[in-house]
Amino acid sequence: MEILMAFAIGILFMVGTYLILSRSLLRIILGTSLLTHAVHLLLLTMSRLKTGAAPLLGEKAGTYVDPLPQALILTSIVISFGVTSFFFVLAYRAYQELGTDDMEQLRGRDDE
Amino acid sequence: MNNLLIMPLLIPLVTAVLLVFFYKQIRLQKWISGFSVLANVSVAGYMVHVVRQDGIQTLNMGGWAAPYGIVFVADMFASLLVLTTTVVSAACLYYAFGSIGKEREKFYFYPFFQFLNVGVIGSFLTGDIFNLFVCFEVMLISSYALIVLGGTKKQLRESLKYILINIISSALFVASVAYLYAVVGTLNMAHLSVRVAEAGQGGVLTTISVLFLIVFGLKAGLFLYFWLPGSYKVPPAAVTAVFGGLLTKVGLYAIIRTFTLIFYHDPYITHTLIGWLAAATMLLGVIGAIAYWDIHRILIYNIVAAVGFIAFGLAAANQAALEGAIYYLVHDMVVKALLFLLGGVIIAYTGTAKIREMGGLMRSRPVLGWMFFIAAMALVGVPPLSGFIGKLLIVEGGLAAGYYWITGIGLLTSLLILYSMMRIFMNVFWGVPKSPLSEPKKGTGWLVLPASCLVILTIVLGLGAEWIYPYVNQAGETLLNPDQYIQAVLKE
Repeated sequence: MEILMAFAIGILFMVGTYLILSRSLLRIILGTSLLTHAVHLLLLTMSRLKTGAAPLLGEKAGTYVDPLPQALILTSIVISFGVTSFFFVLAYRAYQELGTDDMEQLRGRDDE
Repeated sequence: MNNLLIMPLLIPLVTAVLLVFFYKQIRLQKWISGFSVLANVSVAGYMVHVVRQDGIQTLNMGGWAAPYGIVFVADMFASLLVLTTTVVSAACLYYAFGSIGKEREKFYFYPFFQFLNVGVIGSFLTGDIFNLFVCFEVMLISSYALIVLGGTKKQLRESLKYILINIISSALFVASVAYLYAVVGTLNMAHLSVRVAEAGQGGVLTTISVLFLIVFGLKAGLFLYFWLPGSYKVPPAAVTAVFGGLLTKVGLYAIIRTFTLIFYHDPYITHTLIGWLAAATMLLGVIGAIAYWDIHRILIYNIVAAVGFIAFGLAAANQAALEGAIYYLVHDMVVKALLFLLGGVIIAYTGTAKIREMGGLMRSRPVLGWMFFIAAMALVGVPPLSGFIGKLLIVEGGLAAGYYWITGIGLLTSLLILYSMMRIFMNVFWGVPKSPLSEPKKGTGWLVLPASCLVILTIVLGLGAEWIYPYVNQAGETLLNPDQYIQAVLKE
């Protein structure tokens, strides 16, 4: 299972990087969101995958799953969700103001 | 356990929430935030005093004991930086009162400013590496808002890049936390230090440490500063002053903290790497500072050069060098903010950022001229001003550690920084005015007042070194002996 996840994470990283390196702003944002997905899966996988019980006291307390990575992922998902939506809004606004979403034309000049 | 530790974080947080409710009454917003930053300065000052008296203070959030819950730790290093942060942000806020303009005030400038403080101060105080990530995000998200607030074309263009680079570095941050958690199974920094020491810092952990170095280096502008000149140039002076004074320093703090507390076992690889990155940063930064004729750009490249210099203090990693790094860090926060504030006033008077089109400002604005001169001298490190002691200690430590080449580069950098600052000074203040002074907005003269507080502070930091040194010494000792930090956090 870990090997399968490693491949999935690797592919997500790859696609995310590819998209971030493209010129269109929309693709870049999608790339960042894939990249954060990959990172979250990485966090999940690195803390070992297993089927176990909820981390509560009781009969099944012996087989509980480490809840910490899940808490971290939840926090990180919330943050990346907010940032991605802000990024989309900003990109749209920038498109309205600047009339382009091509990063090549958004370089800016030194003399302004 | 000391509840005082949450106060420097809580005050700006509560203020920010309050300000959102009064979004229409801008006068009231100014009163509240002006009062709250001053309150925070005194709380932070009291915290430094308590840490000096009673040693490292900790606070377990929600009463969860140390390695399990989130813990806040105030050692001398963190509390000194918190105090400096509060002072610098107070000066920048009072400067913003007179310069930021109705448009930005109406769209929540003051709440965002307070949230930025929450993130910065939280990053200094937290003792948990994932909480550090969260505080970084609080700081970054407010900085996204501040950098784009105003919505001019170039702001929109540059903020896109700024956000992109920070999203990527945040993703890498979480990835490095994931690897670290997989190897040592904890997130509490003191506990991490214990576990890494037990396991021995082998190849895997050293690789993870370099990943952290990349992440923090991106935030601090240590070698990976390519994003910095573009994005720091676009917001108004008050915002750039906060960014230049505080944001990159948070990244530097994180580098210093992780490489003195957690990954200090293999200095041959990590610290040598930091040393050469620092040397490259100094050189490239100062080349940028010499190359441009734009006052903003020159100052921004000076930020980069200073980041390199402080990182070199960490690379040398002995008592003198670390003390120097701390002293220089505090000095640099004050003086960089000060230079950007003064740069903003100069631009307000002359109406241009190009120093070739200015001239003769000394005749009409002598106070501004002398303040800029003092700030420039402090930046270069002319005794008795604040930069001198930090530089002296770093050079002393660098030579003691055998980094002769990099120390030489550091001294050469100082000379070139002197050249770049003198070029601004001579072009702007000497000679005759090349173009008629643009009529500044009413009240521009008052803007030098908050800046003058920082000028006095740089003089005090230099002349009062005798009183300040014991504090820096205590901070350096804690950094050199991670056991003190671990004892304070993991005690029963």
